[in-house]
Order: sequence, then C-alpha cells, then structure tokens
Amino acid sequence: MRRTKFLIRKEIKQILRVRIMLMLIFVMPLIQIVLLSFAATFEVKNLNIIFVDKDKSTFSQQLISKFEASKYFIVKGHIFNTKLADRLMKNRKIDIYVEIPQKFEQTLIHTGKNEINLVTNAIDGTKGTFASIYTRMILADFLKDKSTQYAIKMNKLQQVKKVKNIDIQYSNWFNPYLNYKFFMLPGLIVLLVSMISMVLAALNIVREKEIGTIESLNVTPIRKYEFILAKLIPIWFIGMFELMLGLLISLLFYHVPLIGSPIALIVFAGIYLLVPLGLGLLISTMTETQQQAMLFTWFFNIVFLLLSGLFTAIENMPHWAQMITYFNPVRYFVEVIRMVMLKGSGFAEISFQLSVVAIMGFLVITLAVWRYRKTAG
Amino acid sequence: MKRMLAFIKKEFIHIWRDKRSLLILIGMPLVQITLFGYAITNEIKDANIAVMDKSKDVTSERLVNKIISSGYFKLDSYIDTKQELEQKFKEGKIKLGVIIDNKFDDNLETEGISKVQIIADASDPNTANTLINYLTAIVKDFNNELNRTNEPVFTIDMRTRMRYNLEMKSVYFFVPGLISVILMLISAMMTSISITREKENGNMELLLVSPVKSIQIIIAKVLPYTFLAMANAVTVLLVGYYVFQVPVYGNLLFLLSECFLYVLTALSLGILISTKTNSQQAAFMISLVGLMLPTIMLSGFIFPIENMPIVLQWISNIIPAKWFLIIIRDVMLKGSGFSSLWHETLILFGFTLFFIFLSVKNYKERLQ
Repeated sequence: MRRTKFLIRKEIKQILRVRIMLMLIFVMPLIQIVLLSFAATFEVKNLNIIFVDKDKSTFSQQLISKFEASKYFIVKGHIFNTKLADRLMKNRKIDIYVEIPQKFEQTLIHTGKNEINLVTNAIDGTKGTFASIYTRMILADFLKDKSTQYAIKMNKLQQVKKVKNIDIQYSNWFNPYLNYKFFMLPGLIVLLVSMISMVLAALNIVREKEIGTIESLNVTPIRKYEFILAKLIPIWFIGMFELMLGLLISLLFYHVPLIGSPIALIVFAGIYLLVPLGLGLLISTMTETQQQAMLFTWFFNIVFLLLSGLFTAIENMPHWAQMITYFNPVRYFVEVIRMVMLKGSGFAEISFQLSVVAIMGFLVITLAVWRYRKTAG
Repeated sequence: MKRMLAFIKKEFIHIWRDKRSLLILIGMPLVQITLFGYAITNEIKDANIAVMDKSKDVTSERLVNKIISSGYFKLDSYIDTKQELEQKFKEGKIKLGVIIDNKFDDNLETEGISKVQIIADASDPNTANTLINYLTAIVKDFNNELNRTNEPVFTIDMRTRMRYNLEMKSVYFFVPGLISVILMLISAMMTSISITREKENGNMELLLVSPVKSIQIIIAKVLPYTFLAMANAVTVLLVGYYVFQVPVYGNLLFLLSECFLYVLTALSLGILISTKTNSQQAAFMISLVGLMLPTIMLSGFIFPIENMPIVLQWISNIIPAKWFLIIIRDVMLKGSGFSSLWHETLILFGFTLFFIFLSVKNYKERLQ
C-alpha cells in the first residue's frame, strides 16, 4: 500500500510537471466547453431570401412584406431576373429565392389559382426542408388573408364564417425556452472528460514502454496491480475533477438546471470513468509506441463521438447503427447526464445505464489487466 | 538531393513498417464515411409520439392517422392523462405528445375552432424544434383539407425545387465536411507527432548535427503524410461517389489541387504545433483536444455557421476547415470553379504562409 502511494505521487508529479499538459488537460477543454456549446444549434433562422418579382403588383408586395415580417427570413431584395438569382445562390449570397410569375395578381383574382416557384439550396437538407416549410406557412397565411378580404368584398361572408380553424398550442417541457446549451453543455463535458482520461491512461503507460523505463519498473518489487492502480488512480481523479469543474461552470454561468439527484450523477461518473480508463489501459497493452496508442485512441474517440447521440440523435439512426451504439460507453453517459440534469431522473431511472457501464468497466479492466504482462516485448 | 531522397525513403519506411498505424490511417476515413453515409443523419423519421385524444371522434382520428402516415412520426401509445405523458417523457419513450381537445369535431362545426396542443420533450431543443415544425405543418395541412369543401377563394400551388441536392440526402452534406475534417486531423496531427517524436527520442539532436538541413528534415517528414492525406481524400471521394452517389460536378483537377492546398495548410499547422512542444503527448493533445472539436463544430461540418452567435461566427473565420469546406462543397455540388472561389483559396493560402512564418520564427536549431 505504501508502495502504491509513492507510485501515485510519482505519477501525479509527472503529469503536473509539464506545464503545457496542464493547459491541455484543464484549461483548453474548459474553454471549449464554454465556447463550443454556443455553436451546436440546428435551429434554422436568418435564411437569406430574394424575390424574383415579375409581377410588381400589390399582391406580390404584400406577399413579400409577409416574409419581411417573419423572423425566419432576411429579405435581401427584389430582382427581376431569374438568372441573377441562380448566380447569387451559387455564390452563397442567398439560401432561397421565390419566383413570382407575371400577372400573379390578375390570374389569382380571375381564376382563383396560381403558382409560385420556390428554389432552395438543399445541400444542407435540414435547411432546405425548413425553408420550404416556413414558406408554405407564410403562403397559407397570405392566402387566408386574401381569401377573407375578397370573400367580404364579394359578399360571400356566409362562406367565410364556415372556415374551420385548428388552434395549435405549444409547450416545451424540460427546457421551456429551447435553450440548446442545456442540451449540449453536459454532453460536451462528458465527451471531453472521456477523451482526456482515455488518452492519458493509454499514453502514460506506453510512454514508459517507449522510453524504456517500464523495464526498470518491472524489475522492482512493484506488483502488477500496484503499477496499474498507481497509473489509473490519478487519472481517475483528474477526470472526476474536470467533470466537477465542467458541471460547476454549467450550473453557475449557464444556469443549466440540475433537477435530478447529484449523487446519482457523481456515482455514475465514478463508475463510468473506469471504462475509458480501462480502454486506455487496454490500448496501452496492445501497442508499442505512443504514436500507435494515439492513433488507436483517436480512432475510438471519433467513433464514440459520432455514435454517442451528442450531435445527432440516436433515434434517427438505422436499426443496426442503434445496436452498435449500445456498445458505446459515451452514449450512456451522455444519456444519463441529460436525464439527470434536465429531466430530474434519479437512481431508479438510470439503473439500466448504470449496470451496463459497471459491467463494461469490469470487463474492460479485467481484460486489460490480464493482457498486461510484466515482461517486455 | 541524394541525401534528401534517402531521407524521404527513411520516412516512408518508418510509416510502412508500422502496419497497425497505417491500417488506422487508411481505415479511419472508410469507417467514418460509412457511419456518415448510413448511420448519422439529422433527418428525422419515425419519432415516437403519444396521443391523448380527448374526443375520439371521426375528425380527431383522421388527424391522428394523417400524423402517423406522414413518415415523420410513429405512434407509441394512446394515453389518458398528463401524468402518463410525463412518465413517458422521463423514460425517454417519446419525443412529442399531442393532446386533442374535447369535442374536436363538434367545436369545429359549431364554433369554427378547436384546440390541439403539442408538447415536446425540449431537453433536446434541436429535435424538439424540428418536430414541432413538422407537426405544425401537418396539422395546418389537415386544417386546409377540412376547409377544402368550402372552396376557398384562392389557392396557390407552390412548386419547390431543391437545388444541388434533389433527394435531400444528408450524405451530400456530410461527405465534403468529412474530407475537410479528416485531412485537417490526419495532416496536422501526424506531422506534429512525428516531428516531436524525433525530439523526444533524442534523434533530432543527431539529425541536426548531420549535414542534412533542417528544411530537408521537415520536408522529408511531411511528404509521406501529404501522400497519405491525398490518398484519404481520394478514397472518401471515390466511396462517396460509388457507394453513396455523391457527385463531383466541378473540375476534378481543381478539386484535388484545392485539397492539396488545404493539406499544406494543415501540415504547416502541424509543423507549427511541433515547434511549440517537445512531447508527443502534448502534440497529440493539442491536435485531439484543441483541433478536433473546433474543426468539427465551427467549420459548418454539422452545424450551420449562420445560426451561431456572432462571436462564434468571428472565431469560425480562423478555422481553416471552414474555408475549405466552402470550397469543396461548392466544387462538388454546385460545380463552381476558381472564379467564384478565389477569395476562399486566397485565405487558405494566407493561412499556410502565416503558419510557415510562425514556425520558422519559432524554430530553434538547438534543442534547449
């Protein structure tokens, strides 16, 4: 035990000695959490729109002013030439253009029917869909106004009264103001903490291998488990410390709610951290050089990140990919931290995730310890 | 020159020898494009909803049917109380709750108005927002159908054209982004690591006292990764084209030269990182923690930059990937050429020069 204590002290010194590493472990992730959580929004607004108004009538003016009043669009102007609109779209000046045909007003009044063209830049599919949905809504609004006006004019009031309206009311539970930082911040913290603990665990051991100091350690009476414990415990504390710091920042500065049980969250985090630590250890037993270990951890981290549900919801994935995410530890923590903080879940609701993560941690660490041998080569 | 060639050969052998690393470097882009092509999408379909239908009449049933048959929503269950709804939300079973008011049909007929309430699980605001918009559009559509018998005075047919991505595939959106992320990470990370490695192992000292010039050392170090990165870019383009039918409308040669310029930017960034630190770990952490997330999040790869707060939009300007992403998306999907992209190209070029300038300034012939 005394031996382990000394070893731990050595490890902590080794980590804290390199100033740039301190920056990288503590300062940079926090800056990223603070900044990047603002970036993660899919909310589509400020769509740049231009009108190719071939009619220049009262109707087309009124339609355009409806767009101007909408918070989703920024009207960039009216032009008369479709080719120019195409060019503007190609050069990214506009996201959408609406083409209002000649005699728009006349045709509409006489025949009651007309059509307009909407062209959107659909490279970003979400944006394209939203542009079309928003336009449709504004158009429907416009038509309703006009229909009512003309019905009144033509004494068809009878008909107007019969119009049926479905009144839609909205409520957003768990996050009434749709503050996406509440959603992203906890997830980002999880990601960074997992990434850093895994990298540190993997690299610290391989480094001893690469430099050759592991040979010296191997000939000392230090036991296998002592060596591993001494390596992992400081990193576990770093991970926990970082998590707490991240949580504190999100609670104090971003006012992310923590409705559920903090104890449940901390217990989960403590057990969860065993998984990235174990994975790091496992990687270090399978690689010879730091470079290899880095590439492995990089690979794992990117796959974990993409399949964690952090940026894109897991429910939207095809079934087989959803199955794969069950093997992704990060997925569980992202899920749990959101559940506990935003929905007020406690031990009861997260018991499934907790047990999966505990089993994962146990398996990974057992495997890694079994693979770790006190002999070189 | 001969010395230089020998040196380059050595670097290639270094990389070639380590088969496992090579496998990851080549396999990584394939795994990523597969994930993005098949698995990762921000298209929403089959979101689970719970319906609390207080009227259970013909019209409300028609509405529910319309919602479910839209392809966006899947009925999880009918519920009777708000408590049940809350429970469903907490268990994460549903994303949306729809409450249809009492006497839905009656009220529509007599009063001309009825209420529908949409409740979203806004703990994921992005999804909630999208779903609410979809559902609103469906209900409004339904509303119009109800009124169709009344012969509205005016109708306008809206014809929508989805330019550059007819079928709205998200893979069109992701493939160019993927290339810009992969090239940045591989080039910057591998360069910085392999140079710091020589420092850490003490080989740098030996190299510096040899007749090889430092510029030659650096070029020899960087060259294999240039090849590797370009090979990765081509792989992703090929897989994107043949497996996911992502087109390249622009000039292929122009596209590849832009890729090359961007790889140079990333490599010079890698060199800059290696002048700042002597340890592989630190170099790696800078590339992983410092580059990965900002490149993914601030380049417009997943999240559109226009929607970010203005400060982040400014910051995004110093992310080289942002500029390259504009270039590659436009060349691939819009068929743009140099005339409309010279501005972005120039910026990338500027970045490269700036990084090289800083590296030269930081470079020390002598190690401590």
